Order: sequence, then C-alpha cells, then structure tokens
Amino acid sequence: MIELDSIERVFQVGDEEVHALKHVTLTIDKGEYLSIMGPSGSGKSTLLNILGLLDRPTSGTYRLDGIDTTSMGDNEQADTRRHRIGFVFQSYHLVPRLTAAENVALPLMLSGMAPKERHVIVEQALDNVDLLDRAEHRPDQLSGGQRQRVAIARATIMQPTILLADEPTGNLDHISGESVIEVLEALNKQGIILIVVTHDMDIGERAARRIRMVDGSISKDVR
Amino acid sequence: MRVGDTVRYGFSNVSGSPVRAFLLLLAMSIGVASVVMLSTLGEAARLYVINQFSALGTHLLIVLPGRSETTGGAPPLLGAVPRDLILDDSNALLRGSSVSRVAPIVVGSAPISFRSLEREATIIGTTVDYGEIREIAISQGRFLPSADIKRGDAVCVIGETIRQELFGGERALGQSVRISSYRYRVIGILGDEGQSLGMEMGDAVFIPVASAQALFNTESLFRIMVQATQRETIPSAKEDVIRILRERHDGEDDVTVITQDAILGTFDRILKALTYTVVGIAAISLAVAGVLIMNVMLVSVSQRTSEIGLLKALGGSRRQILILFLSEAALLSVIGAVSGILISFAGVSALDGLFPTFPLTTPLWAYVSALIVAIVTGLVFGIMPARRAARLDPVDALMRH
Repeated sequence: MIELDSIERVFQVGDEEVHALKHVTLTIDKGEYLSIMGPSGSGKSTLLNILGLLDRPTSGTYRLDGIDTTSMGDNEQADTRRHRIGFVFQSYHLVPRLTAAENVALPLMLSGMAPKERHVIVEQALDNVDLLDRAEHRPDQLSGGQRQRVAIARATIMQPTILLADEPTGNLDHISGESVIEVLEALNKQGIILIVVTHDMDIGERAARRIRMVDGSISKDVR
Repeated sequence: MRVGDTVRYGFSNVSGSPVRAFLLLLAMSIGVASVVMLSTLGEAARLYVINQFSALGTHLLIVLPGRSETTGGAPPLLGAVPRDLILDDSNALLRGSSVSRVAPIVVGSAPISFRSLEREATIIGTTVDYGEIREIAISQGRFLPSADIKRGDAVCVIGETIRQELFGGERALGQSVRISSYRYRVIGILGDEGQSLGMEMGDAVFIPVASAQALFNTESLFRIMVQATQRETIPSAKEDVIRILRERHDGEDDVTVITQDAILGTFDRILKALTYTVVGIAAISLAVAGVLIMNVMLVSVSQRTSEIGLLKALGGSRRQILILFLSEAALLSVIGAVSGILISFAGVSALDGLFPTFPLTTPLWAYVSALIVAIVTGLVFGIMPARRAARLDPVDALMRH
C-alpha cells in the first residue's frame, strides 16, 4: 500500500524554482492497476521517480506498506528498492555484456544470493515471460519485445509489491507492446501494484484507475 | 554481494572491451616488468661486486701508510710526513694474537724480457703468505718459497698472459727471465683466474718482497695485507695492528687500517641505494599506468552511467557500486602485474642466456613489492572514478542514454 501525503518536489533551474510536483496526495491500495498520463513536463516522471525511491521529495511524506520512506538513509532506501520495487524502463536498460539470464539475476546477485540458488529462480522467472529458450542470449540477440520481457522478469524476480513501468511500450511496435502489456497485467492479477506511466491513450485506458497530471498536480483520478 | 560475483562482474567489464583492457594491461605489465628487471640487475651488480671482494681473501685487513682521516687537531708543523711501512713492521704484526698471516706488498711496474721478447708487467713483491691469503691458483710449479722474508731469492711466478707472450708454446718453468736488470728463474705459473677486482692477474709477476725492494730500490711497502684468525676476530686484529704499529712508530697513529668488511659494507650500501634509485625511477612507470587506469575507469564510468543508474534502481547501494568499480580497477592491475612478472621472467632468462657469468637472481622483494605497488596503484587511482560512480544520482544516470 502506497500513501503519498502532500508531496512537493522543487527543482532549482538557474535562478528559477520549478515546482515539478505540487502537494500531491495519493493513496494506492494493494493490487491496484494505475496509469499516469499527462503532457511532457506535467510531473509524471518525477512522481514515478519518487514512488521508486530514486528521488526524494522536497517536502511531504511517502509511506510504503506503512513505513515512512522519507526518513530512510541511502542504504535503507536501496534495500527497499531491491525488495519492494520493480522498475521497467522504456529503453529496457539491460546490461549489454550479460546474457538474458544474467540480467535477470542482477537483483539476486546484488542481494548476495548464491549462484546455485539463483539459477532455479531465474529459470522460473524467464519461463513466466516465455523466454526460457532465450536464457543464454545477449540483449543484442533479442527483439525489442523480448528485451522488455527480460526486463520485466528482472523487475519481478524479488517479488516486489510495486511494479513501476515508465513508457514500457514506448520503443515497441503494436504487437510486441500488446504482449508486454499482457505480461504486466498478468502480474497485476497476481496482486502486484502496477503503475504505468504512458503517453499512449490506448494503453492508459486499460488501467482500472487512471490518473491525469497537469502542471505537477493530479487533475483527474478516475476509477 | 558475493566476492565471486563481484570478480565475475568486473571481469565481464574488462573482457567486454578487449582493446581497452589490452592497452591498460600493456602499460601495467611494462611498469611491473621494468621494476622487477631493474631490481634484478641492481641485485646482480651488488652480488658481482661482493663476489669480487670475497675473491680478495677472507678475514682480510689492509694496512696503508699514512692516515687518511683528519683528527681535527692543530696542523702538524714538524714531522708531519708519515713514516713508511717497512718489512720489520710487517714481521712485527705477526705478534698480534688475532693475526694469522701477514703479507707485505711492494708494487711497481717494470719490463720483463725473455730472449728478445719484452713487455711491461706489474711486479708484485710479496711473500708466500700472500698466495695463502688470496688463495691464488697455480697452474704449474709453485708459488713463492717460504724462505726468510728478508732474503731476496731470484725467483718469480708469472701470470698466464705473460707466459703466453714471452714463451708461447715453449716450456716456461725453470727458464730465466730478466726484469729490469735482474735475472729471475720462473718457478710457477698463475692459474687462469682472470680478473680480480680490476687487476689483471695474467699481467702480474710475483717475486719475493726483498727482491722487489731491491728492484725498485725502496725500503717502504705499498701496503700490508693481514689475515685475522677468524671472522669474529677481525676487530681485535685491527686493534692489534694499530697498537703494534703505534708502538713501533713512537706512539704515532700514522697508518690506516681498512677491513674488508668495511669496504664490502660500503659497496653494499652504495649498490643497494643505486638499485633502489633505479627501481624508484621504474616505479614512475607504474604511477603512469595508475593514471591510465584512472583515465580508463573514468571513461568507463561515463560510458556506463545508465548501467550504474540501473544497478541503483535494482537496489545496489553506494557501497556496492564503489566496490564493483574498485574491484574492476584492482582486477586490471592484478592481471597487469602478473603478466608483467611473466614478461620479466622471460627478460631475466634472456639476459641470463646472454651473460651467463653475471649472477642474475631476482630478489623476492622485487616480485612482492611490484605486485603490491601495482594493486595499490590500481586501487588508489580507481577510488576517484569509483566514488564518482557511486555518487551518481540514479534519476540522472537513468535518463542519460
């Protein structure tokens, strides 16, 4: 469960203060499927970064599963990211030198799990996204849709509470995009909070709860 | 994160850009190889000189006329000329309880001739003890006779070069040669031991000390070689020598006694200092390699900014990212150091093949210090890039693509 209470994020650009987020208050329940839409510069990426603990709000509180994250230190935040939050990026962010399986195993590796234990979990995760036969392929040997599915397998391998997807279909054609969205939605049905930031109306409309942002504030919140 | 994973991850980065890695390893291994090889050469030079000095004889003291040190007293106005050392001084030294052998030496240069052949030779007047002290090898005949020290027998022992040039294929032993205007019978030929501390033994001609005094028309000795009974008694032998000569010279300390150990120690120190200096200069190339590592790692950090952002998003802490980049730098320097040591093995054995008589042994400290310096350089110069990586803002890092 996510509780944002009057979150503000102010950037200093030159002499000017830019209010990227203005008093955003938002509660997201367990297992919700949420889309965030809005024009460029509306603050949706900033909101996503704050939700993913990649960025800290200037003021306000963010409670994740009842725990106040704003008072956490860097290491604690890193730990929370590792265990509770999964990221899916528009440009996949796969490490080009590593195979699909190694990419998927990265979070497990960072958590210090032994290679043998990792192997089983990684295989299961790749099987879930239907890529078991591509385990030893490097990213440049995979199609865009396959790469994004590898990224999803990596994002969910620690069984996080939230999955944050930033334009997950932005670099994909319609058919691959569709399959990626289906994988994400299937994960949501298993109880994960799915938050998709997108420009694509068709994708945005699929979500059960649709948030529209304008100028750093939530202008619409439709269920 | 596990150590094995850290190393594997670093290795995947290193092998991911082979040209970069190769150039870096080249720089590192040249640095390490030059440190190891130069220390080997320096150590070899030291051993060479020590061997040469040891060939001079064992437990040796050398007595020179005159004092080579200033005592700081008023400048002597009268009787300042040091007394010469004479044969009686040499004999008197045998009274010392720690002295086992004494060899007085008179040295000069004179022409030696056999029939119509003549050449210049180094004439050394001494006694049978000199042969014992210096362990001089004789190939034919024998060394000087152990007759009364003051008796100038007309006999000589000649070096190998002299024998060849004067006698050629003819038998030299028993023949009569002329040195200046005196005739001497050849009773021995020196072994072919070559050079000893800059003196060509092949060019030497030994005659009894009294004969040399007559030949050069002098009473005074060039120096006296004294052998102590054993290594431990060298200091007391030195005291004996100084005490006896002071008594004989009316209480004047007018001789200088040099112990072989002191000379050896001095050379040892000089050559060690020289070795360290040369190695220090070679170590600069290691520092250059370190700067290269820093440079390459900085490029690597900026090239892999989005990867760092990703690692942070996946829950990697600052510490983990710092360690990842540091271990990559350390990995590069360790591989570089090891290949440098392999290169130096090849280099040393090549030198060994070229100069088989030169005692080439690489001291262990050379390997250890080269390895340590390489790793430390890698880490020190890797810290800055690694910290830069660890401090990257994840949002910025992920955006830059």
